[in-house]
Amino acid sequence: MSSTTTYSGKTYTFNHGVHPKEFKELSSHCQIQRMPFVDEYTLPLGQHIGAPSKALVSKGDKVKRGQKIAEAGGFVSVALHSPVDGVVSEIGLFDYPNGMALPGIKIKTDPYSTQRMEEAPIDLESLDTKGFISAVQDAGIVGLGGAAFPSHVKFAVPEGKECKYIMLNGCECEPFLTADHRVMVEHPEEIIDGILILNKYLNAEKAYIGIEANKPDAIEALKAVASTSDFPIEVVALQVKYPQGAEKMMITAILGKEVPSGKLPLDLGVLVANVGTIKALSNYFRKGQPLIERVVTITGTAIKNPANILVPIGTQMKEVIELCGGVTNDAARILLGGPMMGAVQKSLDVPVVKGTSGILILGKNEVKDIEEYSCIRCGKCVDACPLFLNPSMMGLLAKKGLWDEMLEYNIMDCFECASCSFVCPSGIPLVQSFRVAKGFLREKAAREKEEST
Amino acid sequence: MINISKKLSVSTAPFLKDKDTTPKIMMTVVYTLIPIVLVSIFYFGLGALLVTLTAVLSCLFTEWLFNKPDNRLKSLKDGSGLITGLLLALTLPPGFPLWMVFIGGMIAIGMGKAMWGGLGQNVFNPALLGRAFLQSAFPTAITTWSPPDGRYFELRGTNAAFPFFQGKNIDTITSATPLAKMKFDHLPTDIMDLLLGATGGSLGETCAILLLFAGIYLLVKKIINWRIPLSIILTVTVFSGTFYLLNPEIYPSPVFMILSGGMLLGTVYMATDLVTSPLTPKGMWIFGIGIGILIVLIRNWGGLPEGVMYAILLMNAATPLINRFTKIRTYGHKK
Ligand code: SF4
Ligand code: SF4
Repeated sequence: MSSTTTYSGKTYTFNHGVHPKEFKELSSHCQIQRMPFVDEYTLPLGQHIGAPSKALVSKGDKVKRGQKIAEAGGFVSVALHSPVDGVVSEIGLFDYPNGMALPGIKIKTDPYSTQRMEEAPIDLESLDTKGFISAVQDAGIVGLGGAAFPSHVKFAVPEGKECKYIMLNGCECEPFLTADHRVMVEHPEEIIDGILILNKYLNAEKAYIGIEANKPDAIEALKAVASTSDFPIEVVALQVKYPQGAEKMMITAILGKEVPSGKLPLDLGVLVANVGTIKALSNYFRKGQPLIERVVTITGTAIKNPANILVPIGTQMKEVIELCGGVTNDAARILLGGPMMGAVQKSLDVPVVKGTSGILILGKNEVKDIEEYSCIRCGKCVDACPLFLNPSMMGLLAKKGLWDEMLEYNIMDCFECASCSFVCPSGIPLVQSFRVAKGFLREKAAREKEEST
Repeated sequence: MINISKKLSVSTAPFLKDKDTTPKIMMTVVYTLIPIVLVSIFYFGLGALLVTLTAVLSCLFTEWLFNKPDNRLKSLKDGSGLITGLLLALTLPPGFPLWMVFIGGMIAIGMGKAMWGGLGQNVFNPALLGRAFLQSAFPTAITTWSPPDGRYFELRGTNAAFPFFQGKNIDTITSATPLAKMKFDHLPTDIMDLLLGATGGSLGETCAILLLFAGIYLLVKKIINWRIPLSIILTVTVFSGTFYLLNPEIYPSPVFMILSGGMLLGTVYMATDLVTSPLTPKGMWIFGIGIGILIVLIRNWGGLPEGVMYAILLMNAATPLINRFTKIRTYGHKK
């Protein structure tokens, strides 16, 4: 599809899906660069899915790099750490990437500190499963693929369920993004080590690492390290196709099984985690470094120097963009995450948070108004939907406001991958209307539940 | 340095879009129709040209008439009205009165499309619906065939008939279509003539070879799905072939069946109409097989020599039902 090289061995995949232009060549060759320390960091307390963290510091407190500054606010919540040696300068409301102002902690960097962090490995031998789970929570680790779901919750396999396969997601199927790609190429040892640490507590039969075939260097790098491990770790090359990196699609590609509707991967004995998340696990247990930084892809057709940057959490996006030479005159849109599922961002005066996988600056060429025509029932959306839904039909029903009828077409299974809208020649906002419909139906179900109790 | 906030454009994902657009798809279909129209002009001269122009104008005019002012330009731009006009013309005899052509176009768009709520909502193929109306309203005119004799600059048959009159046929000879010869006299037509189109018939029903090429092109471009044409042709071959083997004296051969009349025009352009055919693979097979069986039934035993139009219209009517019964199994759901 693109000019980048492709893995030549056997590849696997799921049915349906689409082939958007990749744009990976903009940044896939860029080595991960470390972001220099800046004067100030803004750390929202609710960067993850679940309850916000609870601040442990107050204004004027001195903090060390890696020090816990907020604790988990419940089980589905994680701790938060300072990315620098410095002083808490403010506790208040700060602009968050989704457009809201959220409570957070501002830290002023100590200009005289070397910012060196003592390595303090954690003794795995003394930890039982429960201890491991709370250690992961304490390390502030969340899913780095973009969802920012607390990882320890995933790792806590409930009674009666069993994790047979650990599956690492290195697909990175969203166009433009290359952060996971670089992490796999540059840190394969830490990823494999992370698997081994996790498996100490999960006792799985086998681990898989799913990688799209457009990252042959990542496949080779991980294969080389995986072959030295006693625990069976198979690196599986997957066809370049969107949404290959969706949990369900990757499981189907690798195991040939479907995740039953309404069930979790764990019901098939599978635990899926992003490669960056597993690397963070290794960093914590081997060096004592909690999640205070992450790799972010800064790319797009309107950024001067695309790059993959290791950014301390809390750095203002503006400063990261400046490091990349700024934007071109052509810049027309900022996106957080990939272009298929990401969100528009209005301003760059917000911090990089744990869920920031990429900052995209798109040029005018990629920002065109799409003219909408009637549905011509070409069936392209039907052939695109990885879940075999009928977006054409659901789109017609949505247009008429027949939400309840959409339930019969399994609208609630839709995971909003946007493949349908991508292919529709009539430019119908299919997934856009499904989001609205799902929200409405969810609310209605909640209301009905409340009324009946 | 960073000054993008002023003209920032805001909407929701996805922010990438595939290249195909509906007007582009429709125009590709139009391009494949142009050679077919040219060949019909080659055989039937001015008559064919005037019938085509009248049908197209009538369809576009009706499209414009039935749309709300703010939607008019867009409805013309999507190209579907143009296709209907061209297809309708291709189903008509070259000597057909132009005023009747005009009415056919109005019926095609008005009753075939606008009445249902516009493009995408209609159940029947608009061009065929227009043609069906003309067939029942003007049964004589629509079965008066002018021969392909290279009279380029003359009007044919009743082209110039005054509105609301049948008009006097100015052709000295008329020509029976291969299908009529077969049906009523059991006379076959030379295969070569069928392939090249040197036979009597509607504008677009004559040159089989061109229709085959157009069909293949549209298949390669993935504008039409292969399942429908294949299932129609297979069904017609097997079904009519069985009778041909039983009694070649009475029943036409499958090759004749496929190359004659509206079979290829209907298979390539009308049965594959995206709007009025099923969405699912299984549904497409049912649809195609149904059309194939109906064509053979009507042609061999019906009162008419040609059955393609009614076969497709009948299966159009069944399409909503077929769609309902061939729902695709959602991922992660039981069969
Ligand atoms: S892709 Fe668009 S035009 Fe085609 S069937 Fe789906 S909704 Fe209709
Ligand atoms: S957004 Fe939903 S309906 Fe559209 S392709 Fe993805 S899963 Fe299917």
